[in-house]
Amino acid sequence: MDLTHLERLEAESIHIMREVVAEADNPVMLYSIGKDSAAMLHVARKAFYPSPPPFPLLHVDTTWKFQDMYALREKAANDAGMELLVYQNPEAIEKGINPFDHGPLHTDMWKTQGLKQALDKYSFDAAFGGARRDEEKSRAKERVFSFRSANHRWDPKNQRPELWKLYNARKAKGESIRVFPMSNWTELDIWQYIHLENIEIVPLYFAAERPTYEYEGGLFMVDDQERLEAALGRKIEPVTKSIRFRTLGCFPLTGAVESNARNLTEVIQEMLLATTSERQGRVIDHDTAASMEKKKQEGYF
Amino acid sequence: MTEISDPVYKTDTLIAEDIEAYLKSHQHKSMLRFITCGSVDDGKSTLIGRLLYDSKLIFEDQLASLEADSKKVGTQGQEIDFALLVDGLAAEREQGITIDVAYRFFATEKRKFIVADTPGHEQYTRNMVTGASTADLAIILIDARQGILTQTRRHSYLVHLLGIKNIVVAVNKMDLVDYDQETYGEIVEDYARFAKQIGIENFTPIPISGLAGDNITALSNNTPWFKGPALIDHLESVELRITENQKKPFRMSVQWVNRPNLDFRGFCGQIATGIVRPGDKIRIVPSGRNSTVKSIVVMASDGSEMTLDAAMAGQSVTLTFEDEIDCSRGDVIASADDPPPVADQFEATVVWMDEEVLLPGRAYSMKIGSQTVSAHIQQPKYRLDVNDMQHLAAKTLELNDIGVAEVASDKPIVFESYSDSRDLGSFILVDKITNHTVAAGMLHFALRRSQNVHWQATDIDRNAHANLKNQKPLLLWFTGLSGSGKSTIANEVEKLLHNMNRHTFLLDGDNVRHGLNKDLGFTDADRVENIRRIGEVAKLMTDAGLIVLTAFISPFRAERQMVRSMLPEGEFVEIFVDTPLDVAEQRDVKGLYKKARAGELKNFTGIDSPYEEPRNAEIRVNTVEMNPQEAARYIVDWIFGASK
Repeated sequence: MDLTHLERLEAESIHIMREVVAEADNPVMLYSIGKDSAAMLHVARKAFYPSPPPFPLLHVDTTWKFQDMYALREKAANDAGMELLVYQNPEAIEKGINPFDHGPLHTDMWKTQGLKQALDKYSFDAAFGGARRDEEKSRAKERVFSFRSANHRWDPKNQRPELWKLYNARKAKGESIRVFPMSNWTELDIWQYIHLENIEIVPLYFAAERPTYEYEGGLFMVDDQERLEAALGRKIEPVTKSIRFRTLGCFPLTGAVESNARNLTEVIQEMLLATTSERQGRVIDHDTAASMEKKKQEGYF
Repeated sequence: MTEISDPVYKTDTLIAEDIEAYLKSHQHKSMLRFITCGSVDDGKSTLIGRLLYDSKLIFEDQLASLEADSKKVGTQGQEIDFALLVDGLAAEREQGITIDVAYRFFATEKRKFIVADTPGHEQYTRNMVTGASTADLAIILIDARQGILTQTRRHSYLVHLLGIKNIVVAVNKMDLVDYDQETYGEIVEDYARFAKQIGIENFTPIPISGLAGDNITALSNNTPWFKGPALIDHLESVELRITENQKKPFRMSVQWVNRPNLDFRGFCGQIATGIVRPGDKIRIVPSGRNSTVKSIVVMASDGSEMTLDAAMAGQSVTLTFEDEIDCSRGDVIASADDPPPVADQFEATVVWMDEEVLLPGRAYSMKIGSQTVSAHIQQPKYRLDVNDMQHLAAKTLELNDIGVAEVASDKPIVFESYSDSRDLGSFILVDKITNHTVAAGMLHFALRRSQNVHWQATDIDRNAHANLKNQKPLLLWFTGLSGSGKSTIANEVEKLLHNMNRHTFLLDGDNVRHGLNKDLGFTDADRVENIRRIGEVAKLMTDAGLIVLTAFISPFRAERQMVRSMLPEGEFVEIFVDTPLDVAEQRDVKGLYKKARAGELKNFTGIDSPYEEPRNAEIRVNTVEMNPQEAARYIVDWIFGASK
């Protein structure tokens, strides 16, 4: 009897997570509250059941996430019986870094620098991330175990070969590993798994009537009108539309799509019939062709 | 063949009309991993780009940027250059070549596919071996205009070496030879002759054009003489290794022991081969203890407990036993009536993957399944020329070399030959200092002597020897640069000890090289073997109850660590004779530095061969501040302060 592709992907991810727990001193799971994180967290619960996963969840916060995301964050950690750590870069707080005035600096300060600071603060030596190889060209070549120097840099020319399912988790003091247990899943696999396992995800993935505004040609949701108006320096007249999100990040940076897909199967249906790729809604990728690779070398997840 | 347009991918209608039915049908897909190999211009990236494109995995925005890129840097004029879809990292994109292993994904109605895309470049054996290690099937691409090239042979050989049984020979660019049957026939015949030579039993030849799409998803009108199968049909129907593995006896390496509370003890792992059910008799290897499987525990999707009636090869599970028996990470749970063997010496194929060459005799960390042991490789029996499969003499292995050698581990490991089990027959070697994965290996068989040579227990043991001499055996290991004063200080220490009625013996570097080690030179490999032999001799002497003093440069941390690990805790005392290079060179008692500087002496420590200073030496003596007598007194005081 053949195992199904989802059973094999799940078994592989579980194997990877258990290897890390057996060999690392102080692992952590990076939790972004998106659907990929939700699937990864679910796999982790299965890997260590009946124990709760033996590591905390870490959310590197930008203070600009959707309200619905913050709500699910607490619940998901609670359901899994795991400790939730939230980290906000104090320098970014102090300088009031936001996506409108600071452009790429917003991602750099809150996410890239914030992540490095958080890993250093708690001395984590292994961090699980939900990235998939199908997301973007440079990811296709990244290993499952990705080594970072003591200052968190990634060197794509100096990766360790990964053979069979033998992962070399050894590292020098100060070095750390980013581990991507979901490397071989595709976006469709994630959706199918969420469907099959009935995993709770942020409701923003489903279409609903929501207040929207347009900004630089994109459609966005008015998640916190007062804060938006303060940041933009103008009044917003929200227009109610039936929208949903394909990917979730900071609300001023995450474009919505008009949609009537109100439940999971309709979302999958819409995705399968879609003609534009998932990341198009994210402003971060549009800079240059190799932008993601560059961000990664600097320490972005 | 009339108009058949991509039947495999025709799913849009079902998605639109009955998404539930679509999802249901897609939950039962199986998964195949394959590798594509070919020379630089064989059209590998184009074929993969074609598979992604045909399976509708290219979105409009990607297609738009692909069209723009094709015009800018593409190699197909105004046509879409599929290769640009799959060439990843920035540097490579500019060079127009793939230089690493990249993984791609696509799916049809029946299967999900993971493609390992590996380079055709000569120097990248390491990447191909990596990609092939997880593959069920290999597609060997041959340019129809070129026929079989050296690289075709090399790739086929590597694929065969890694145990891939399903080989597709895709004769590509058929459009450029006018779909000529004869050209295709000759290539297939050539390949069959070559395959037989190297032991490939079966292969499936298919004439294709990645660019034009012939015989990819459906049989092409351009090759009416070809009776099939089309590439996708074949990929969808070959038997998976995971299915084959289910027919073998049960084995699972224990990764982690799950103990949420005192009442539950679960053993976690991914089943390598076979099937397990509650009630099955199992044996823990190597301890040999038996028990019975009580339950197979998994979490149901709602977070509650669920137990399985059976679990099979490929699944990650948690098992509980009827009895409370010792079992931890590294152990293998196996079917009680057919357990795997245990041994500590093997013959293996070793693929070297690091810039630093193999040092025969050096201790590396060896990871096999969830077991990690210390192991060393003997001088290779031979190295393989991957172009013509010739056996060549070799003293070591360099980056991208493949050789056959004996491997010895410091304790027995549970294993199977690679041809029986990839999980228990494959290993990696990790350098203990740099932590690099330096090699990958495949076990052939255990050496007989490992199973037949037993340690001869003697009645007068090392304690008896030491008690008679009324002393605790010690190995005082002096290390430092040439001319640092090791021999002089060791000599002074021995005199002091002798006066105290201690039974001692001094092993001197130069003296040992006159006899026991006179066959060894000063290359890194010979230095490692030199230290290994001295370590063994010193160990025998401590077994005889002696206090042994050794004075050797012993430049590498790894070897000093190896000798340390041969002796009981506390008996190895590392003494770092710390003399700066300029001081040692100034002294130059034997005139060696002068020769080395003049280029007359190669591999001289400190000049053109490294000295790795001890990090945690028990004793450090500074010869700039102390004369030899003072240093000796300091050492003896330390010994009698630290060990009674």
